[in-house]
Amino acid sequence: MDKVLEVENLSKVYGPGCASCFELTGPDFDTNICPNCGSVVAAHNVSFELFKGEILGIMGESGSGKSTAVKCLNFDQAPSSGRAIFYDDDKQHDLFNLNSAQQRRLANHRFGMVYQNPNLGLNFDISAGGNIAERLLMSGVKNYTGIRCRAKDLLSRTEVLTERMDELPKNFSGGMQQRVQIAKALATNPPLLFLDEVTTGLDLSVQAAILDLIMEIQQDMNTAMIVVTHDLGVIRLLAGRTLVMKYGRVIESGLTDQILEDPQHAYTQRLVASAL
Amino acid sequence: MNDTPILRVEAYSKQFELHEQGKIIPSSCDVNLSVYSGRLTALIGPTGAGKSTVLKGIYRTYLPSTGRLIYQTASGHEIDLAQADEHQILELRRTEIAYVTQFLHALPRQATEDVVAQPLLLKGMDKAKARDIARNMLAAMNLPERLWNISPATFSGGEKQRVNLARGLVSRPRLLLLDEPTASLDPKTTDKVVRLIENLKDEGVAMLAIFHHPELVKRMADDVVELEPPIAIENIIEEIA
Repeated sequence: MDKVLEVENLSKVYGPGCASCFELTGPDFDTNICPNCGSVVAAHNVSFELFKGEILGIMGESGSGKSTAVKCLNFDQAPSSGRAIFYDDDKQHDLFNLNSAQQRRLANHRFGMVYQNPNLGLNFDISAGGNIAERLLMSGVKNYTGIRCRAKDLLSRTEVLTERMDELPKNFSGGMQQRVQIAKALATNPPLLFLDEVTTGLDLSVQAAILDLIMEIQQDMNTAMIVVTHDLGVIRLLAGRTLVMKYGRVIESGLTDQILEDPQHAYTQRLVASAL
Repeated sequence: MNDTPILRVEAYSKQFELHEQGKIIPSSCDVNLSVYSGRLTALIGPTGAGKSTVLKGIYRTYLPSTGRLIYQTASGHEIDLAQADEHQILELRRTEIAYVTQFLHALPRQATEDVVAQPLLLKGMDKAKARDIARNMLAAMNLPERLWNISPATFSGGEKQRVNLARGLVSRPRLLLLDEPTASLDPKTTDKVVRLIENLKDEGVAMLAIFHHPELVKRMADDVVELEPPIAIENIIEEIA
C-alpha cells in the first residue's frame, strides 16, 4: 500500500511558549494551558501515517486539538514544530518547509478541505458554481465552458440541484451548503481530503446523506481522508483507524472497532461509555 | 490435509482493565489451539469461558494481553496478529480473514444485497459482478428474493444472521471466524447453512468456530478445543492497586 501522508511530532502552541509548556500540560495535568506562561498547547507530538484510500478518524472533545492538527496540515495555521511529508505519486513534499506559494499550490491542487462552518470553505458573495470555478481557476483551468461543465458535474455528483448553481450559497440550507463545500473540495480530484466536523449541527437525515456521499467518494475515487469529529457514530461509520486526542495529545490510537470495543485509556473508556 | 496450521494460538490471554471501576476482568486465559486449512476447529466451553474473546483477539477487535497469534499469510509469511501493525490487520481483513458474529451491524438504508456485496467491492470487484455473487449467496442461504433489495434492519433474527453469514462467506476468506453462526436458525435452514460451511471447508477454508449445539460440534468439527472460565470469575476480579 502507498503512503500518502506521514506526520511526525506536530505541535502547535498559541502564546509566547516557555520551556515548561509541554511538561506541565496534557491529560495528566488536566489542562492544555501552561501554568507558567499561559500559552495554550493546542497540539503536542501528534504523529501518524495515512495510506492511499484510507480514512483516519481523529476523535476528541472540543479543545482537544483535533482540528488544529488538520488546520496545520492544510496550511491554515503554521505549526510550532514538527514535520509532515506528503507523498504525491513519486514526489515528496516536506509540507512545513515549503514557501507560501508552494503551500498554496498544494492546498489548491492536491488537498481538499471541508470545514464545519461553510463560511470558511465557501465564498458567500459568489454563486455555488462560482465557488467551484474559483478553485478550478486557482488550479490553472482556464477554459470557461470546461469549468462550467466540471462545476455542473460536481454539483450533481454531490446532489445539489444544478438549476441552482448560479445562486448564492447563502440562500442554501446548511446541508446544501455542506454539499457545495464538498463539491468545491473535490473539484481538483485531490488525493487527500480533510473533513473537519462536517456533519456537526446538521439534521440527522442530512447527516446520513452527507456521510453516504463521503463513503461513496472514498470508494469511487480512493481518496485518503482525515475525518475530525467528536461523534462516535461518524467514526464508527467512516474510519478504519482512529486517533483519540485529549488536551492536545494523542492518548490512544488503533483500529476503530478496537478503540470502540476495547478502549485502553481511561478517557476513551469514559467517552465510549457515554455514547448514546 | 496440510499439516502446517494456518493459525497457531499460543498462550493467548485477555483481560480487560476497567479504569473507571478500578477493576481487571479476566476473559480468556492461556488459550492454545491450531487451525488448519480445510478443517474446522470448534471452541467449546460454558458461557464466560472467553470463547468469543479468542475470536475477537484474532480479528484484533480486542487487543490481546499476552500470547502469540501466529498466522500464515497467503504469501507464506508468518505474522503475529497480536503485534501486527494496524495496516497489516486491515489488509488481512480485506483479503484473507473474515469474522461472522451473531449480530448484524448494517446501515438502515443499505439494501441487503449491497450489505453482502460490500467485502467484494472492497476487494476491487465491479458493482454489477459483486451484486450478482451476493445474490447467489443469498439464494444459497434460503433468503427470500423479495428481501434482497431492502435493508436488513427489519429482518427477523434468523434472516439477519443469514445476511451476516452471506457477507462473511461471499469473499472466500482463507480463515473464517464463526461466532455461533446458526444460533437463531430453524433446523431446516441450519442444515442448509451447515452444508454451505462444509462446502467451503472442502474448498480449503480454515475455520475456527463457536457452536452452542453439541450435535453441530459433532457433525462439523475436525478438532475440538475446550475452554474453562477463569476460575470463579468473581474471586479473581482484582482491584487495581
